[in-house]
Amino acid sequence: MSELRELYQEMILDHGRHPRNCCVIPHANRQAQGFNQLCGDQLTLYLETGDNRIKNIGFTGSGCAISMASASLMSETLKGKTEQEANLFFQFFHSLLTNAEAKTTTIVGFEKLAVFSGVRLYPARVKCATLAWHTLQAALNQRKEMISTE
Amino acid sequence: MLAFDVDKIRQDFPILQVKVQGKPLVYLDNAASTQKPKQIIQRLSEFYSTEYSSVHRGIHRLSEQATENFEKSREKIRRFLNAKQVSEIVFVRGTTEAINLVAQTYGRRYIQSSDEIIISHMEHHANIVPWQLLCEATGAKLRIIPINDDGELIFEKYVELLNKKTKLVALCHVSNTLGTINPIKQVIVLAHANNIPVLIDGAQAVAHQRVDVQDLDCDFYCFSGHKLFAPTGIGVLYGKQHLFESMPPYQGGGNMITEVRLEKSSFREAPYKFEAGTPHIAGVIGLGAAIDYLDQFNFSAIQAYEKELLDYAMSQLTALPGLQVIGTAKEKVAILNFIVHDNLGKRIHGHDISDILNSEVGVAVRAGQHCTMPLLQRFQVDSTVRASLAFYNTKHDIDQLIQGIQIVQTLFNK
Repeated sequence: MSELRELYQEMILDHGRHPRNCCVIPHANRQAQGFNQLCGDQLTLYLETGDNRIKNIGFTGSGCAISMASASLMSETLKGKTEQEANLFFQFFHSLLTNAEAKTTTIVGFEKLAVFSGVRLYPARVKCATLAWHTLQAALNQRKEMISTE
Repeated sequence: MLAFDVDKIRQDFPILQVKVQGKPLVYLDNAASTQKPKQIIQRLSEFYSTEYSSVHRGIHRLSEQATENFEKSREKIRRFLNAKQVSEIVFVRGTTEAINLVAQTYGRRYIQSSDEIIISHMEHHANIVPWQLLCEATGAKLRIIPINDDGELIFEKYVELLNKKTKLVALCHVSNTLGTINPIKQVIVLAHANNIPVLIDGAQAVAHQRVDVQDLDCDFYCFSGHKLFAPTGIGVLYGKQHLFESMPPYQGGGNMITEVRLEKSSFREAPYKFEAGTPHIAGVIGLGAAIDYLDQFNFSAIQAYEKELLDYAMSQLTALPGLQVIGTAKEKVAILNFIVHDNLGKRIHGHDISDILNSEVGVAVRAGQHCTMPLLQRFQVDSTVRASLAFYNTKHDIDQLIQGIQIVQTLFNK
């Protein structure tokens, strides 16, 4: 049960239940879709980019608490960041989920995402936690295909 | 309570003694696939160790013997379904291939652009997509029998859908998502009164009740071995002799021909006409062994036991707050599909539930859309959890499921 509570920390449950930025944004110029067919997690990501920055970010969709919380916390963290910063955060996020030795505390602005460290104990859920992030990559690179992390 | 020694049966299934991630396995995913008794595992091992050979080809002793055993399995299946002759039993990879075979042979020959095919809203993708492909290729139309909120076929609507343009009805015997047992006999009687053939998808039925194709009078009936305690990669298409005779071949190649010339080839009669290439020999042997294994049981006893489990599971599940069962037909098998809400009425996603069931109490269920996307859309849910039972499950298994759901709710409740 304690490992489970590590995975489903209060912030994850909160963001899973009440995702932030869970809406279509007014001036979106990038969009991408993610869908993990086997488990049913799905989301559409909307970005407003300009001057190399993510000016605004929103998403719609439904899925497990991990996938929704990840999309929610990602959107809070990356609003206002540059595209390069977004890529860096993605790399560190992936490292956090898969590598017990990952040191991510030094990155400014990453703190909230550290709550996903419990996913390390549940490798099958990495795909839920990363769906929004892979979909973000597709949106930034303007790729048309539906993203899946399965 | 009917005497049914489930503990003795469980001893036959080695995997039920295994611990998964340190916990005893509580396997509640039988609608996806069933576990195998040691009798079948041993038979396969024995076959590969001492009898294996190609079939229908060699004249050496090993090949003759393997061919004999292969065809004996076909006869066992004929008897299992009460088909009239072995030529009405075609081996395929599974239910999906069986339906594709009918769509591409019977369908291509007899369905035209002005025709209609009737299926129901509860069908598995395997009994939707082949017909969609056929309709796309021929211009025919797909008509859908609606279902009510309990997950039952609305029979009056089926009656309305039948018309002069209807050329085929395809329906599941039992729904893999809802557990509903459809009134297929009545469906067939009505279709036949209008000279319309009927294909029945029996994938979810054969492990849970006796199927008699004479009694049903269905034109086609199909099922998968791996849902009948037999290996994967093997399934059966039953078809009435005169229909098989009228159908063109499915796949071309060796075994299904009488003669091949560069200009033209001629084909064998059913069932071989539809069995190109080297078959899944061990699969067929394994399927025959599965039927031998099941022969020791009285299907009525299995049905009565599973009904008891279903009633117990329903009473326990519906006692949990915030849990809703989807699929409450009067006639159903022990498949329980449900959604769960927390104490504030917010839905807990199926993936979270199934993952926690797996990690905390060792319960294996399925979450998602169960290859029935249109059905889940009709019920306006995107991901449900399905627990599906077989005759080796117990009340204790259900207690573990309930305990797991309670852990989920404890975690998610505010």
